[in-house]
Amino acid sequence: MPKVNFGGQSYDCKDKSVLDCLTAQGVAIPSSCHSGICQTCMLRAVGGNVPPKAQEGLKPTLIDQNYFLACSCYPEEDIEVVLPNDALTRVRATVSSIELLAGDIIGIKIQPSQTFDYRAGQFINFYKDETTSRSYSLASVPALNEDIFLHVRKVPDGLVSNWIFNNLQVNDIVSISMAVGNCFYVPGKPEQDILLIGTGSGLAPLYGIARDALYNKHKGKIRLYHGAYNTAGLYLAEELRKLEEANSNFSYIPCISEGPAVNGFAKGMVLDVALADNPDLAGWRVFLCGNPAMVTSAKTQTFLAGAATRDIFADPF
Amino acid sequence: MSLYEEIGGEPAVNAAVDIFYRKVLKDDRIKRFFDGVDMDRQAAKQKAFLTMAFGGPHNYTGEDMRRGHAHLVAQGLNDSHFDAVMEHIGATLTELNVPGNLIAQAAAIAESTRNDVLGR
Repeated sequence: MPKVNFGGQSYDCKDKSVLDCLTAQGVAIPSSCHSGICQTCMLRAVGGNVPPKAQEGLKPTLIDQNYFLACSCYPEEDIEVVLPNDALTRVRATVSSIELLAGDIIGIKIQPSQTFDYRAGQFINFYKDETTSRSYSLASVPALNEDIFLHVRKVPDGLVSNWIFNNLQVNDIVSISMAVGNCFYVPGKPEQDILLIGTGSGLAPLYGIARDALYNKHKGKIRLYHGAYNTAGLYLAEELRKLEEANSNFSYIPCISEGPAVNGFAKGMVLDVALADNPDLAGWRVFLCGNPAMVTSAKTQTFLAGAATRDIFADPF
Repeated sequence: MSLYEEIGGEPAVNAAVDIFYRKVLKDDRIKRFFDGVDMDRQAAKQKAFLTMAFGGPHNYTGEDMRRGHAHLVAQGLNDSHFDAVMEHIGATLTELNVPGNLIAQAAAIAESTRNDVLGR
């Protein structure tokens, strides 16, 4: 009889869904529709396989990380499950380099002390001390980069970013969480066109996602729009232009929203520029990162322009 | 065969939900009720609602419908807005070539939630 392991306890679940099995034995799992629709009861399998039926309707990035719906899951083998946010053990890492990328953004490379699984575009929590941490996206690609690469924007009065800017040094040992987040490239549908829109250090995940897609030999168009107030905020421009020269399906469109027009840069808010260039997004895959107001608005605007909800991936910060 | 099976089950709901939600968000009469809501969470709710309208499995009660819309009723949600949503359900199913008699059945199920949605 298959067992469900949860929170150090083992539960029998003969002919019952994981949700019914756990709730019947007093475990509180949030739930609503009990029909595999509303996704309130989503859990994550960290051991064993869940039947495909339990993942129907989930985004590909969630399926890839073994998330499933407890109400539709009738296990055929023993599985170990956790609540969606309970998989965050900490890892120690050594700072291997620190460089200024733009006026208020620094790039940090770190080397975890143990094997570190992640997807380009996910994020980690970076700890200043036991209780203070902030999330930073991963700009590196596991297959291409030895170190993990983060872009840290200096936030006025930001506890962690100011500490990183003022105190962090090469060879320091720091504490980070495992990588989390659903904004990343999943191989497959290589002909699908991809639109990436980001502001400020929202470039970090997009830089990782674009290079991950190219590494996976993605064939469709990959168009990266990066927005800032002025050219000083558009860091990594040289690397991105090189990437453009080396890959005919990749284009990089830097956008500035303030001041006079500058040759080589699109003028306007990054979302407006991207939508004007690509008014019909039916069939596209879309990645949105950075300023929360931009990301929220972009989710709706790209959906109204034709992108399917399951093809829109967003990370506001 | 049940209405849900005749309409095409979960794949039909999946095809319908984006078409339906896009119509709703483009409609000047009702789009303000969706300002600031999270797209993903909202799409899942729209899917649950359409599943119910298509005669599919659901666990919604009239009380859920009341609670879920009470804040919108306070903002002025009324019959004209409910009518707009009914229009979009019909137009979505027409776009998906669902036969008229099945559309009428789905519309009747959706219509049956009117008083609960409007808190009467």
